[in-house]
Amino acid sequence: MQISMTVNGDEITREIEPRVLLVHFIRDDLRLTGTHWGCDTSNCGTCVVLMDGVPVKSCTVLAAMADGRAITTVEGLASGTTLDPVQQGFMEEHGLQCGFCTPGMMLTARALLDQNPHPDDTEIREAISGQICRCTGYATIVRSVKWAADHPAVEEIAGEEVPA
Amino acid sequence: MTITEVHAPNPAAGDADRPIGYGRIQRKEDPRFVRGKGHYVDDIVLPGMLHGAILRSPVAHARLVSIDTSRALAHPGVVAVITGQDLLGLKLAWAPTLSADVQAVLVTDKVRFQGQEVAFVIAEDRYAARDALELIDVDYDVLTPVIDARHALDPGAPVIRDEIEGRTDNHIFDWEAGNAAETDAVFASADVIVKQEIVYPRSHPAPMETCGAVADFEPIEGALTLYETSQAPHAHRTLFAIVSGIPEHKIRIVSPDIGGGFGNKVGIYPGYILAVVGSIVTGRPVKWVEDRSENLMSTSFARDYIMQGEIAATKEGKILALRTNVLADHGAFNATAQPTKYPAGFFHIFTGSYDLEAAHCKVTGVYTNKAPGGVAYACSFRVTEAVLLVERMVDILARKLEMDPAELRLKNLIKPEQFPYKNKTGWEYDSGNYERALRLSMEMAGYDELRREQKEKRARGELMGIGISFFTETVGAGPRKHMDIVGLGMADGAELRIHPTGKAVVRISVQSQGQGHETTFAQIVAEEIGIPPEDIDVVHGDTDQTPFGLGTYGSRSTPVSGAAVALVARKVREKAKFIAAAMLETRPEDLEWEKGRWFVKGDPSVGKTMAEIAMGAHGTVTLPEGIDGNLDAEVTYDPPNLTFPFGAYICVVDIDPGTGHVKVRRFIAVDDCGTRINPMIIEGQVHGGLTDGVGMALMQFIEFDESGNNLGGSFMDYLIPTAMEVPNWETGFTVTPSPHHPIGAKGVGESATVGSPPAILNAVVDALAPLGVTHMDMPCTPARVWAAMQGRATPPI
Repeated sequence: MQISMTVNGDEITREIEPRVLLVHFIRDDLRLTGTHWGCDTSNCGTCVVLMDGVPVKSCTVLAAMADGRAITTVEGLASGTTLDPVQQGFMEEHGLQCGFCTPGMMLTARALLDQNPHPDDTEIREAISGQICRCTGYATIVRSVKWAADHPAVEEIAGEEVPA
Repeated sequence: MTITEVHAPNPAAGDADRPIGYGRIQRKEDPRFVRGKGHYVDDIVLPGMLHGAILRSPVAHARLVSIDTSRALAHPGVVAVITGQDLLGLKLAWAPTLSADVQAVLVTDKVRFQGQEVAFVIAEDRYAARDALELIDVDYDVLTPVIDARHALDPGAPVIRDEIEGRTDNHIFDWEAGNAAETDAVFASADVIVKQEIVYPRSHPAPMETCGAVADFEPIEGALTLYETSQAPHAHRTLFAIVSGIPEHKIRIVSPDIGGGFGNKVGIYPGYILAVVGSIVTGRPVKWVEDRSENLMSTSFARDYIMQGEIAATKEGKILALRTNVLADHGAFNATAQPTKYPAGFFHIFTGSYDLEAAHCKVTGVYTNKAPGGVAYACSFRVTEAVLLVERMVDILARKLEMDPAELRLKNLIKPEQFPYKNKTGWEYDSGNYERALRLSMEMAGYDELRREQKEKRARGELMGIGISFFTETVGAGPRKHMDIVGLGMADGAELRIHPTGKAVVRISVQSQGQGHETTFAQIVAEEIGIPPEDIDVVHGDTDQTPFGLGTYGSRSTPVSGAAVALVARKVREKAKFIAAAMLETRPEDLEWEKGRWFVKGDPSVGKTMAEIAMGAHGTVTLPEGIDGNLDAEVTYDPPNLTFPFGAYICVVDIDPGTGHVKVRRFIAVDDCGTRINPMIIEGQVHGGLTDGVGMALMQFIEFDESGNNLGGSFMDYLIPTAMEVPNWETGFTVTPSPHHPIGAKGVGESATVGSPPAILNAVVDALAPLGVTHMDMPCTPARVWAAMQGRATPPI
């Protein structure tokens, strides 16, 4: 079957097998490998992408269900060389270690901040409660999202900052 | 940007406690990860690549009667189907484990655990490969399984490893440490003896990225490139050479970005070998990536120790001795990853942080019809089990003596002046100031106030618990003369090159799974040679690009590889002195070092920076005899001893008396990992381990039914803490450098995983004390806590 959607702002049309999962379509067909796969059962959330701005677990969405929708993956978070504040926040506050859950976490954080620009700790924890991180223990992820809330516009990409 | 480190004020911290190598800097690996540009095994696509999938046994113990692969082979897109019989012909049906046993790559005779590998399908895409699994017809003759380790040695128990000639039981090993007679003598005259069975249930590391590999065999050169999720790429290369017969210089192992390891990615799994066989057979690259159920059901489990603990003390609360008998469930194949001489890992550090007169432990390993593994999940080679045992026993003793558990610990901790401390089972603890750490944690917690609050709540019938754990780790294995894995001595290499323009590359033998090696190791070099971390590239994970070494597990990267990196940097610094002397036309002994620069003693204005020296080394300066025209060096570091990080943890829980639900309200963690490098990364390592502790104490459990069905085979059943189950961690630190480590660092990767479960469990039992509960085993799920509240606590088997 043929499907069309917007992915990170680009219109795409592809022929697919009807049973193909959105996560495999994104990774294997579009070669956007920032979206990861982790559990098959909608528990871990490493496959989270935004569909029309709402976080969905792409391992339990058929690619066909995304027909006509707008998908945002981690590759679409930055605009040009300017990082999304969420991306910057994760670097500032050590919101990631192995980096595997990070794309899904950041997309959920982006969707949260779009709805609620100043969430408190509990609201952030609830927002990411459908996603698992095995490395960070979540506190630094909460801090990262708060950093993003406190710095809504980041002008340019900051590299590694080394205090003198 | 202003970031202040979040930690408790440490009254003991002075200048000597400063972090090294520029301290808290952002991670060099993060820019690629936040853009979704990490490069994990499943992201690799090679031209012509095929996809493999493994058919696994639905039963735990069964004779394999027949396999018919004809329907699978006829399925569109399927290229090959490999069975155990095919592997027998290639002499690859069985592969050596890391514990001098063998493991079936594919079943040839008998299935020995549910989820065991039965056949391997190779197809044009992953969907076709999965489809074909359904088309393989297997006939099993189901046998009675051995599931409860307590019955593995019963007379008449089914013999799991009957393929081994002469084997008539399921016994693997007996191992002991300490002195039984001396310990018995102390027990015989002790005022107080307390006994308790403590079970550390089977768990699983469950990294977010499952295990996988892409094998690419090039037949003309006879060369294999294997991309795999490996924490130990060099050791894997040697083992693959031994197993496959491919000469080692023709094998390249690449471990790209790894999505978490925690010990899950130390061993060599059948899937990796099957990908290699698949590539050899088909002449095309083959990818194999397991799904979550395969990960949970077949790859290295953790724990599964049944420990009979006994502690002896005076009535005043002086702890005298500790002894234990342990039954260790190793699953169907003995595939634990640990130093050869230590079949129970480093469990014999079960004497913990206390000054004892005697100690003895005996560990018996048995086969059961469960997945193999056993040393995994950030356990520092079984220190997790040891710490749970001693910290529960000390708490139970405190209860018996009606003493506060903090007071009992303070009375018995090894004193600072006793270091280096030789314990009763052969360890020499390098350094410590235990009382300072425990007192700091109590201060941060407001311990006395918490006890007052608890008293009030108990009077109202509320269930509030306070749990303490004090742990001492032993990490950073070797030394190589005592410690090897399948004959490979536990040492690590490092190679440092300073390019002509003064930028550097350091190549290390260990492999990051998220710990931030690219940052930390650059910081160590930066501290030693004065080049900023951003000018130092850290290369790891590719055997063609890095020197030999044993890899990342057992918290050994900083203690071993970190030492190698510091020493190689010092070697370069020393060499730079000779080159600087030649450039300045002076004698090397007339030069003095300050960060990044050699200068003439007494005349600091005359000197050369590392960048200038690097250009000189590669330029036209006439170099002294014996000095090569470069600024490079390499070392292999063989640690003289292990390092002994320690910490004091306090947990506060509230239990819902109506449901048995445990809420971790607060968790205070004071860690001492010696010299600190990047405090941000250290804090992250601690936070992650504490979360693992909550998982093991409250949720995570790989359980089996009596037929051997794995009841924890998905994230629907094997519960992992989310952001809702964990509190905001309260961390603090003390700094007691290791005297024998080049920079005094001790390692921290596993401290919190090791130290936190007993704090949580002690808090749960403390909360339930008014109901008469003196012990319960993990996991403290609502149902299990409820049972304990009714006086029906059961072991988790």
